[in-house]
Amino acid sequence: MKHYEVEILDAKTKDKLCFLDKVEPNATIGEIKSMFHKSHPQWYPARQSIRLDPKGKSLKDEDVLQHLPVGTTATFYFRDLGAQISWVTVFLTEYTGPLVIYLMFYFRVPFIYAPKYDFTTSKHWVVHLACMCHSFHYMKRLLETLFVHRFSHGTMPLRNIFKNCTYYWGFAAWMAYYINHPLYTPPSEFYGEQQIRLALIIFLFCQIGNFSIHIALRNLRPPGSKTRKIPYPTKNPFTWIFLLVSCPNYTYELGSWLGFTVMTQCLPVAFFTMVGFIQMTVWAKGKHRSYLKEFRDYPPLRSPILPFVL
Amino acid sequence: MSAAAAGTSKAAHGDVAPKKRRGPGALAYLVIYNVVMTAGWLVIAVGLVRAYLARGSYHGLYYSIEKPLKFFQTGAMLEILHCAVGIVPSSVVLTGFQVMSRVFLTWAVTHSVREVQSEDSVLLFVTAWTVTEIIRYSFYTFSLLNHLPFLIKWARYTFFFVLYPMGVTGELLTIYAALPYVQKTGLYSVTLPNKYNFSFDYHSFLILVMISYIPLFPQLYFHMIRQRKKVLGHIEDYSKVE
Repeated sequence: MKHYEVEILDAKTKDKLCFLDKVEPNATIGEIKSMFHKSHPQWYPARQSIRLDPKGKSLKDEDVLQHLPVGTTATFYFRDLGAQISWVTVFLTEYTGPLVIYLMFYFRVPFIYAPKYDFTTSKHWVVHLACMCHSFHYMKRLLETLFVHRFSHGTMPLRNIFKNCTYYWGFAAWMAYYINHPLYTPPSEFYGEQQIRLALIIFLFCQIGNFSIHIALRNLRPPGSKTRKIPYPTKNPFTWIFLLVSCPNYTYELGSWLGFTVMTQCLPVAFFTMVGFIQMTVWAKGKHRSYLKEFRDYPPLRSPILPFVL
Repeated sequence: MSAAAAGTSKAAHGDVAPKKRRGPGALAYLVIYNVVMTAGWLVIAVGLVRAYLARGSYHGLYYSIEKPLKFFQTGAMLEILHCAVGIVPSSVVLTGFQVMSRVFLTWAVTHSVREVQSEDSVLLFVTAWTVTEIIRYSFYTFSLLNHLPFLIKWARYTFFFVLYPMGVTGELLTIYAALPYVQKTGLYSVTLPNKYNFSFDYHSFLILVMISYIPLFPQLYFHMIRQRKKVLGHIEDYSKVE
């Protein structure tokens, strides 16, 4: 068996960082990254970007050496992606924050509202309902992170955790402050109850829908794999929306927050919903585009996030 | 902050003589746009000088140029559109931030709080903006026509040393002067309870804006200094030839 030689150069300075001889032809990029890590312990594999061209795309861990367009002496370029943190860690941190923070406002922990309100409870039943819905939502997210989602990337740049936590924790505090405020005004007397009831139904419907989509997506991918397949409607009616939309998880998420907005009649919640919608639309469009690029037979009727509209 | 910052968006892209994905129509439009803006800020400059000569004092010159200032500074919002459409190779977000911070000072502070209009700090930032914009827009005009006089390029990357701190000082002092009036009248503020369960304290918001200058100003200032080295760096090379 003919062995390869692998040299790894810095993508910016072109310095020779590492030379590996006697590399098996069927070695994967992932294995090469581990070997590189041995000679440079500060660059663990998750923060290595290995490419064929200094400005090119990163190679995947699964790529096999002999199937790459390289000679028997392969030259790769390395870029440091910076400190990395696992997706699971980020998700758990960013979702635990809102859960805890909201409850602090709900229980009116001292130093938030005027001292005479410390540890009092709201007299409006919708405030209790909102707390249950908000808490349920984030507990669901935490459980999904632990037991449902199958991540295609192990890690993300460390700085993302600060950005993401600021977003989630900040908005949670802002919303919770008003909903649990002693001067909170619930939806009006006359049709207020119907408004809250309708909003709750929408919220629950979309929570179930969102969960159904997460399960459907999980089942597309065997454990430990990173395969990508076109999602299709299953027996579960909540997944039939796949006929019209590429990323129905985002569609349902929008629906949940719209429900919560109507339930609480709180402008900060509306802002949070809008910002989330904008971000999810960006993600949905990106995902939709990759589906179209990767699959020739991708169903043409589907829109990224809103049926026929967006 | 907006004084020299308005220049950084183009500076960030190395002031490429813009040719790329732009047709001759877009080029003509941009030339006209930049010429009109140069002329507009010249009108403001002349207005300031004439008013000063007529009154014999620096006091209350804002009123003499209030309308063209509002018109041309607000008109600069078109630059956000230029980036969005792609005829100008700058970041929409960066340009948007720069233009909107100027518009904010013009309308949400100076226009809205009558009592600060006679403050000298207003003259300070208006002067800084005027000189900066005349240089900046003529820079763009000449760049588009591929005939950029070195003097304009030099002025753009040198005047900011003084104009930028001058503008920032004027802006901060003006916001500071507005604070008591905003607090007293509750301008642009919303209190609880209300049926949208929202509150906003404009006074606190203005203080936050002032605080934000602390991290932002040095970043933008040093960015301009770095750009200056890149763009004008070669003059030092000439002087080194001994």
